[in-house]
This record gives sequence, structure tokens and C-alpha cells, in this order.
Amino acid sequence: MRLVLVGTSHHHAPVELRERVALKREQAQALAARLAEVAAEAAVLSTCNRTELYLAAEDAEAAESAAVGALAELEPEVESALYRLNDRAAAHHLFRVAAGLDSLVPGEGEILGQVRLAHELGTTGPLLDRAFRQALHVGRKVRAETAVGESPSSVSAAAAALAEQVFGGLEGRSILLLGAGKVSEQAARNLRSRGAEIALVADSRTGRDEIAGRLAEVDVVIASTNAPDVVLDAPVVAEALRGRRGRQLLLVDLAVPRDLDPAIRGLDGCYLYDIDDLEGIVSETLAGRRREAQRAEGFVAVEAEKFHEWHASLDVVPAIASLRARAEEIRTAELQKADSLLGRLDDSQRRAVEAVTAQIVNKLLHLPTVRMKQAAAAADGVLYAEAVRHLFGLGEDER
Amino acid sequence: MAELLFWPALLCYGEAAVGYLGDVRRPGLAGRAATWGVRVGWLAQTALLAVQAARDHGFPWGTWASSLALFVWLVVSAYLIWGCRRPYRLLGLAVMPLAAVLLVVARIGGGTGAASVSRYSSAFLVLHVGLVLAAFAGFTLAAALSALYVWEEGRLKTRPATILSRQMPALATLDALALRTVAWSLPLLTLGIAVGLVRLIGRDARFDALIAATVATWLVWAAYLALRVAAGWAGRRAAYLALAGFALVVLVRLALPATHFA
Repeated sequence: MRLVLVGTSHHHAPVELRERVALKREQAQALAARLAEVAAEAAVLSTCNRTELYLAAEDAEAAESAAVGALAELEPEVESALYRLNDRAAAHHLFRVAAGLDSLVPGEGEILGQVRLAHELGTTGPLLDRAFRQALHVGRKVRAETAVGESPSSVSAAAAALAEQVFGGLEGRSILLLGAGKVSEQAARNLRSRGAEIALVADSRTGRDEIAGRLAEVDVVIASTNAPDVVLDAPVVAEALRGRRGRQLLLVDLAVPRDLDPAIRGLDGCYLYDIDDLEGIVSETLAGRRREAQRAEGFVAVEAEKFHEWHASLDVVPAIASLRARAEEIRTAELQKADSLLGRLDDSQRRAVEAVTAQIVNKLLHLPTVRMKQAAAAADGVLYAEAVRHLFGLGEDER
Repeated sequence: MAELLFWPALLCYGEAAVGYLGDVRRPGLAGRAATWGVRVGWLAQTALLAVQAARDHGFPWGTWASSLALFVWLVVSAYLIWGCRRPYRLLGLAVMPLAAVLLVVARIGGGTGAASVSRYSSAFLVLHVGLVLAAFAGFTLAAALSALYVWEEGRLKTRPATILSRQMPALATLDALALRTVAWSLPLLTLGIAVGLVRLIGRDARFDALIAATVATWLVWAAYLALRVAAGWAGRRAAYLALAGFALVVLVRLALPATHFA
């Protein structure tokens, strides 16, 4: 059984092309079921950055052409942007995808759930089950043992991470939004998803006194107005801080020109970050993610090798099973032949004879079993399996 | 036997101190190795204290140096509660070099080897020395938390691009933990001092410099607690006060001990 992958991603196709082969959940499930009629197993991974078809089939070429055909049906132009991988390379790619190493932002976490969903919606069997389970294992391992997915990858996520750095859990913390630009909305959404609440969204109609009053209560201020001048100056913040009794205040200025007076930085008990600070943080954390991705590649390579060994061993497993069955058959038959002699033995002596003969068979077959598995990993598995079948006459009885 | 246990304890504490330093430069393996150093060192020192207790048939920490060794063990025990967690690893940078140095000082003073002869009853020592040392261990941890707070707060103020590269406890968490640690430790010190004063009055003994410094220490930590709870002190001001309180702990533990145990 061969593992076949045909797909396209943000590395090979622009968004205009990708969006035409992107599949909804039901469509992905239906396509997997349809492809499984040609191949033995099929799964479809479709996200905003990639559409990939994984198939397990005896005839790799037929499976590949069915997969290419299915994607070309959706969009003929995609054919030139497709990559086609088989067996070890296909598994290695799937593991990289699950680990987030092939993503636009290295280590992003969403892909792991999407791989899980592709597995659940697929028409899978032993080969794809094993490949996807191992991919999910690699994805979890990489995130647990490296920091590839830990740090924020956008300005809004960096603002939320900073708030957590100051306050810990954000449950019950309150936010004051000055203006409502797209980035500040994203930042507020990020904070809200962590349990914070929006206390006030201030716009040009909101009075300065009201804003100043709220400053004493809220924990985070996100500013993103179109105002040409500073909206909040240092004396106002200083006054508000006096009423906070040492409680910290985080101010995030996402506006250009800036909304918050830079002199606020000099005040005790508050932390002011502007857009340059946040972009610097994101740039640094992305560099950190890329460094960690190098480590993660090592984990992926090890798992891909394990998968390859397992996959290759499938070629020799039937021959090993037949060989062991034949040996056991001979052992049992010979013991039965000697039954007249063994009948004189008591139960414990009989058990000892059983154990010794079984041990002899196991020891004799141990090395050939190991060697066959090694040969399978080195691509000679089929030859060895044939040789064993020939030498021991396996399967001849059935012919 | 005690000799055999002292060196592994010291080596492991030393390894932990170096490991935490390495963890600052490159978080990961060095930090994990340091945490294992703390664990193994703590086990070795626990065994050392058990051997001392068994050999002396009771409470062998009646001398200044031996009580210092017990103090180190208490500090490391308190650190182990948090130190194993990844965000708190940096606390080890404050705690473990101190533990290693104080263990060496305790050894130089003879507190980790030869049998100590106490002039006090075991019950008095267990209560007085045990309570005071446990409180001091708590204050040491609170000071380490406060030092970490000051350091992290400084980083947040200077806004380096690497601010989120290292997993650190939140400022508010550090602040709350320091307060909680002091809230547990101060009653222990209060009880320890009370037991000592009862003994002092009963024996008609002299009020020495160590007692005065210990009472001053109590006053600073009591002020810390009162200001935080009643006056709403928090953040950097509270952290500096905790560090001032710790300076008195150092004075009591290291600078004035001879007057009390003489």
C-alpha cells in the first residue's frame, strides 16, 4: 500500500487560486469518500492556506491521477501549482504541516485542529489512520517540547500577551478603547477571549472628563483614533494613577500619529507601548519561532523515519507471520508425534518440554525476523519476503 | 556520613545557581538541569539534616552555624514549591546562589559536621529556632519574589523587543505571592519571638543586639503587611520595602549571630 499526497499551499499558489480549491467541511468529506472509491483510503485537508489530498492505494499512479483530476475539476489552473509526494516524503510533509512548520506563521496552533478534522472526516484505514495519528502526536510533541507556538505572532496578540504579562489571568480585567480601528478591535477581541471586559468604547463624542474618570478603574487602555493630536496626556494619566492605589495600568497606543503622550512612560505604575514597540516584539518573537522551528524539524524527521520503518515493515509482516505460523505448526506436529514418549512425563515435565521447544523456535526465528524488518526499511523487504516464502515453502499448501 | 552528604548538596546547589544563570542567557536545558540540581541537592541536604538529628538524638541546630544550615534547607524547601514551575525558574537566580553561599558559611562555622551541644532544651529550640527560621525562609522567598518583580517591572518599562521571549510570571502574580508569603511568615516570626521572650523573662537573661535586630525585622515586615492590606500599597514600592526587610534578615542571620549563641 502506497501513501500519496497531492495538494497546493501558500508556498505554491496565490490566494486567488487557493480560494477556488478551498473546500467546506461537507465538501471535503464528500471528496474523501469519492476518492476512496478509487484508492483504498482518502482524507482531505483544506484550510485557507492549503488544500491537500492524502490517499492510500496499491496503485500510486492511479491514485495520484484521481487526486489531480479531483482538484482540476474544482479549478483547472491549479494543476500547475500542485505538488505530488509519495510515502516517506508525503508523511514527512504531513508531519511538518501538523507541527505548524509549513504554516505562514511558524508554529501557529490552528492547523493541528484542522489536521484532526481532516482525519475525522476522511475515509481512512490502517495507513492513513497511522499517518494522521502520528502527525497529531508530532504536532503536540513539537508544541510541548519547543517554544515554536508560544509567542504572539501579530500586533494584537502581542498586546494581549503584554496584558497577561502584567496582570496574569485577564478574567474580570477591564479595557478602555479609545477609537475603534481594525487593529484595536482585534486586540480587544484577543483580550476578551482571555476573559477581559470592555468598559467603554470612547469616540470623538466622549468627553475627556469621562475618559479621565474611567482611567482610574480600567486595567488596559487601547488607543487607535484618527485624531491628529495626543488624546491622552501625561498629567491626566498621572492624576488617574493616584486613585489606583498601586494597581498597574497598561496603555497600548496603536495609532499613527500617536494618541498617548510619550511622557506617560515616565510615570510609576503604568506601562505604555506604541505600535513600534509592538512590531518590534512581534518581529523578535517570529525570529524566536523560526529558531525553535529548526529544533522542531528534528522531531519531525525522527517521526517521519519511524513512520517509514513501520510502513516498510508492512511488506514483510505477512511473510513473517506465515513463517512463524509454519514453525509453530511443525513444532506442534512433532510434539504430537512424540506423544507416546511424552505421555510418560508428568505435567510439569511436559510443560518444560513445551517451553523449551517454543524457545528454540523463537530463538531460531528472531534474527530472520529482525533482518527482514531491516531489509524492509532499506527497500529490500519484498525481495526478502519472497525469498523466505520460497525457502520455507510458505503458501505452497494453499496452491 | 555527614561529610558524604554535604558535598553532593553543595555541588547540586552550586550547579543549580550556574544553571539558572545559563537559563537567563538561553532558556531551556540549563533551567531544567538547574531545577534537578535543586531537587537532588535538597534531598541530599534533607538526608544530611536527618543524619545530624539521629546522631545528636534530637534537635542539633542550636549553634549559629547549624541553624544557618537549617535555614538554607527551609529556604530551598520553600523555593521548591514554586521553583519547579517554569515561569518561576528565574527565582532560582536569586535563591540558589544564596543557598550555596550560606551552606558554605554554615560549614565553615561547623554547622554541617561535628555534633553541636545545645544549652537549651529541645522543646524550646524546636519552637523558637524552628519558628524564627521558618519565618526567615519565608521572608527570603518573599524578597526573591520582590526582586524578580523589580527586575521584570524594569523590563516592562524599558520595552525591549525580547520582553515576551521568556516565560515569566505576571507582575500581579509576583506581587500577590510576595504578600501571601509574608502573611504566612509574619505570624511564625511573631510566635518565635514570643517564645524567645518568655524564655528571656523566665531566665532573667540579657536583651542583646540580635534580639533588637529581630524585633526591628518584625516591625518592618509588620509594616509591610499593614501598608499593603490597610493602605493599599502594591507594586514597586512594596517590593522595595520587602527588600529592605530582607536586608534585616541578612543582618540577623549573618552579622549578629555570635551575640545570641555565645
